[in-house]
Amino acid sequence: MKIAMTVNGKSVSRDVADNTLLVEYIRDNLRLTGTHVGCDTSQCGACVVHVDGKAMKSCTMLAASAEGAAVTTVEGLAKSKDDLHPMQVAFKENHGLQCGFCTPGMIMTATDMVARYQLEGKTLTEESIRHELEGNICRCTGYHNIVKSIADGASKMTSV
Amino acid sequence: MYETNFHKAATAQEAAALLNASEDGKILAGGQTLIPTMKQRLADPTDVIDLSGAADLRGINISGDQVTIGAMVTHAEVAGHAALAALCPSISQLAANIGDPSVRHRGTIGGSLANNDPAADYPAAVLALNARIRTSLREIAADDYFEGMFTTALEDHEIITAISFTAPTQGGYGKFPNPASRYAMAGVFVAKSADGTVRVAVTGASEDGVHRHGGLEAALSADWSASAVDGVEISSDGLLSDLHGNAEYRANLIKVMTKRALG
Repeated sequence: MKIAMTVNGKSVSRDVADNTLLVEYIRDNLRLTGTHVGCDTSQCGACVVHVDGKAMKSCTMLAASAEGAAVTTVEGLAKSKDDLHPMQVAFKENHGLQCGFCTPGMIMTATDMVARYQLEGKTLTEESIRHELEGNICRCTGYHNIVKSIADGASKMTSV
Repeated sequence: MYETNFHKAATAQEAAALLNASEDGKILAGGQTLIPTMKQRLADPTDVIDLSGAADLRGINISGDQVTIGAMVTHAEVAGHAALAALCPSISQLAANIGDPSVRHRGTIGGSLANNDPAADYPAAVLALNARIRTSLREIAADDYFEGMFTTALEDHEIITAISFTAPTQGGYGKFPNPASRYAMAGVFVAKSADGTVRVAVTGASEDGVHRHGGLEAALSADWSASAVDGVEISSDGLLSDLHGNAEYRANLIKVMTKRALG
């Protein structure tokens, strides 16, 4: 079936099988390989993207369900190679990664969480950052610097 | 994942017709259980009928103390609804602690109730709040709806359209989440209605899925306080024993979670 959506601001359309996952559509059909697959069980969050502005696990929805949606992947955050998103800068400056495999999902979850907290006028504490990261696994267990990065990124973010 | 035929329904009625016409179709609500199950090849539906485009299944309606939540309302929407939080904070708090943020953006109340996972949170709320489950065919009382692990009163081609309940005068939810899955190892929802009736529903702990607890209901009817729970005997008969905790441990958790639910 033909599935069309907007990915990182560009209209895309591909002919794929009905059982294609959104993450497969993004990685295999669009060749945007920044979004990762780190498990088979919907637990790790490496595949998190924004669908119509909300963080979702692209491995746990069908591409067909995202027909017509606006999807943002980690590739869509930076304006250019030299003009990274504040959250990307924060991860770089705070060394918010070890092997880096979970980083795309961490950053997409982080930008979603900061945007939600800012919208609701709530303060993002270390405790709330850790609670919000329940769906993202860093198998290197490098959470300490990830949490620091998100707190730093939050202070620099004015919008996603 | 096995091959399947995808359909997107614009209304609940259209979804019911598509489901009827399919050989072995499955309704896709938020998909936070169905998609992982299909990925593991533990489910093999010939057709998947997606409700995400069905506008008639969306929206939270509040009229006085009457609450109606559309089947396709997500956990994040329930958690973030200001008027609902003011009227019935217990259900907002419950929704805010289901799974993780990504799951809450996609998972729905209707999907959770149709699946009736024995460790899911919403079944406890729906049973304790004495809610009514509206479907494409009829309305089902919560007491008649839950029929044990992953089993409900829903017919093969019946679709949940909304959940409605009267807001309790007092209520709360205590949950001990499994640290890895965030599912309840024991979750207790307590609710007291305007006429003084107390209902207590337990999820996560029993081999038969969500159930009411007569002993706790009697104790809290007499005295709505955490100290009233102390004298209640919680039997471990029929409770789950697994690698996360045995039946005796879960029986104790029920007591502790009831106290937490009472604040």
